[in-house]
Amino acid sequence: MVTHTASAFRLVAALAATVWAVPAMADKALNMPVGVTELSVKIYNLHMLIFWVCVAIALVVFAAMIWSIVVFRKSRGAVADTKLTHSTKVEIVWSTVPLIILVVMAVPAARTLIDIEDTRGSELSIKVTGYQWKWHYEYLDSGVSFFSTLARSSNAARQLGSGIDPNTVPNYLLEVDNPLVVPAGTKVRLLLTSNDVIHAWWVPAFGMKKDAIPGFVNELWFRVDENKTGTYRGQCAELCGRDHGYMPIVVEVKNPADFEAWLGAKQDEARQAAAPAANPAPTVQLPAPAEPASARTTAQAN
Amino acid sequence: MAIQHAQADTDAAHSHHDGKPAGIKRWLFTTNHKDIGTLYLLFACVMFFVGGAMAMVIRAELFQPGLQIVDPGFFNTMTTMHALIMIFGAVMPAFVGLANWMIPMQLGAPDMALPRMNNYSFWILPFAFTLLLLTLVMPGGGPAGGWTLYPPLSLQAGDNLPFTIFAIHLMGASSIMGAINVIVTIMNMRMKGMSLLHMPLFCWTWLITAYLLIAVMPVLAAAVTMLLTDHFFGTTFFSAAGGGDPVMFQHIFWFFGHPEVYILILPAFGIVSEVIPTFSRKPLFGYGAMVYVSASIAFLSFVVWAHHMFTVGMPLAGQLFFMLSTMLIAVPTGVKVFNWTTTMWKGSLSFEPPMLFALAFLFLFTIGGFSGLMLAIVPADFQYHDTYFVVAHFHYVLVPGAVFGIMAGVYYWLPKWTGHMYDMKLATWHFWLSAIFVNVLFFPQHFLGLAGMPRRIPDYAVQFADWNMWSSIGAFGFGLAQLLFPYVIWKCVKGGAKATNDVWEGSHGLEWLLPSPPPYHSWNEPPQVKWTEEWGEFDVHAAQTK
Repeated sequence: MVTHTASAFRLVAALAATVWAVPAMADKALNMPVGVTELSVKIYNLHMLIFWVCVAIALVVFAAMIWSIVVFRKSRGAVADTKLTHSTKVEIVWSTVPLIILVVMAVPAARTLIDIEDTRGSELSIKVTGYQWKWHYEYLDSGVSFFSTLARSSNAARQLGSGIDPNTVPNYLLEVDNPLVVPAGTKVRLLLTSNDVIHAWWVPAFGMKKDAIPGFVNELWFRVDENKTGTYRGQCAELCGRDHGYMPIVVEVKNPADFEAWLGAKQDEARQAAAPAANPAPTVQLPAPAEPASARTTAQAN
Repeated sequence: MAIQHAQADTDAAHSHHDGKPAGIKRWLFTTNHKDIGTLYLLFACVMFFVGGAMAMVIRAELFQPGLQIVDPGFFNTMTTMHALIMIFGAVMPAFVGLANWMIPMQLGAPDMALPRMNNYSFWILPFAFTLLLLTLVMPGGGPAGGWTLYPPLSLQAGDNLPFTIFAIHLMGASSIMGAINVIVTIMNMRMKGMSLLHMPLFCWTWLITAYLLIAVMPVLAAAVTMLLTDHFFGTTFFSAAGGGDPVMFQHIFWFFGHPEVYILILPAFGIVSEVIPTFSRKPLFGYGAMVYVSASIAFLSFVVWAHHMFTVGMPLAGQLFFMLSTMLIAVPTGVKVFNWTTTMWKGSLSFEPPMLFALAFLFLFTIGGFSGLMLAIVPADFQYHDTYFVVAHFHYVLVPGAVFGIMAGVYYWLPKWTGHMYDMKLATWHFWLSAIFVNVLFFPQHFLGLAGMPRRIPDYAVQFADWNMWSSIGAFGFGLAQLLFPYVIWKCVKGGAKATNDVWEGSHGLEWLLPSPPPYHSWNEPPQVKWTEEWGEFDVHAAQTK
């Protein structure tokens, strides 16, 4: 009937529109983010390629299964063709065709992998250390370093039986006190390690994840597109103990000028904190200690 | 009929000294493959509910954002123990139980080759799991570093560490002994005239699984022993400060771990290869190909292990190799799916509970296979690794995969074991509730992983709330539905319509020559049957026309 086909077509079109639109609805998100780095886009495209290949194969295979279930039923009078027992030709065909499909997929996958592993030409190197349960960032050429810990508001709300509704906490479990700050349009290299157990650093929007292993240094790189400044959030991605779920990663991507300003301010802070001798002596005199100096020296010699 | 008379004579001759003691002694000291099969299956059923209860705790906590029920440390213990119990306590013993019941009957053999070792293999398990479960009440609680036990985290375990490791050693010993028994039985006790390429595919997949077990359980034993010595005896296998490497543990563990997942699925492949032909009234398509492809999967399973470790910082060459080998293993697995589908093609299908579970296996295991192929692509894996996408993948291949395979096997052979047909209506309800809720439970987890939710976390950011709620609803539904399973079985044991020898219209194979239930000792005399090329088996119908 014409009406059936028309309404079926409309239904399919509506479903398709929903599926395409849905990624914008974070709560019922269906797909991976495209992300904001050149690598994340490549990864997204690879992901979609393999996904559609799987869908195509699934359509064929499930169609054959469903057809068999519907048409070759005993209750419909189907009589089994007991002579259909083997065919070497068919086995070869359905071994070779999937193999060819896989080779076709392996080529772009290998190319992207080679790009990912190429950390040459990095313009900024940051050492990232995983701790139980926080991150430590150290800008290697600038002497700037700090810990990045779960924000207080999230930490209060996450306690067992806190009674605080997570929906009222901004960026619940994805907010920190001191975010990592990086410049856009710059190849940033992270050197990952750990102080205790294995952690993993992951920001989905960057498409990059790597383990932070105690006693070893791993590298990962990303370059955020120039026009994609903003705040990006991720989480630890390797079970590291009780608070594995409570050591998020927040990265603020600034344009290069703002980044330099931020870095300069941080360096000044670091210099102030490290050089109290430059400041005038305090006016309050503390009383001298009671024990004689000789006893103290003896103790120190031991 | 000639065969039934021969069997009845044997029964009469042996009935007065059946060797079957009464009461608890029967079960403690039995060397009978049927009794031991029953013990394994009952044990697996209990463990399935214990592990399932832990899953309910996990999904209850994850039902909403915020922490409502458990301490994060205890949550980690639940995820760790859920996996250990399900893998080593439910799925593996269930498959061994099915092997014990069916392999001798399918081969025309009177029992397993090593009946006393068979008894030991079983009785180790309740002891091992008591040890493991007792860690829950120790100070410091149970293991909480994931079932994968990665150091250094697993070495931060408290008093439970030696108990967990000892329990794993015991389970491994049980598996190794069971595997030896299977191999020796299959290689030596097939009836005269049954060459390896005549034997049922369930026996073939178990033969291959047994070789995998013997190859890799010792590797797991080595890995956990090194954890033990690192913790107590000052070795530094996994400590960089002492010249060791935590990643080496991962290599050793996954060298065991990857073949282990094929150990968890191959017997299900065998069961489905028996059920689909029976209910399609048509021989398995491509028996020879299915045998070779199962063996290929087993060989390939040894060279893909590092796909569990793509983010450790492996050199490019290693990542490329493991990506390609992992993609390659999809080919033989796909061939199996195509062969099962072609078995149904131009068949005459009916949809009793075993077939329903086998068909759900076919659809849903294939979906798990697709997510596995996606995970093989290394650059994409950087986004999937350690997220709910992985959790979705392995639960699809393990639950509607291995577990549905086990249920298909139980529903298929239960009338043979008990002599009664079971309540088909209830079993069909069990099927539909399970099949629907398993998808509500695990399908949204693909979305959660893609949206960025890591695994092994007790609480999550609010954008993950909707799919977590659905997944938990699916979990509660699935868990409740499972209560029907032991009920149907218990009801069947108590009584039901008398089952014929054949039980199912399309059944072929030696086990269907025996009465339902079979005598305590069956095939004391080898079966009097012929190999018929037409059906590709030892055909009961051809034999009866003799």
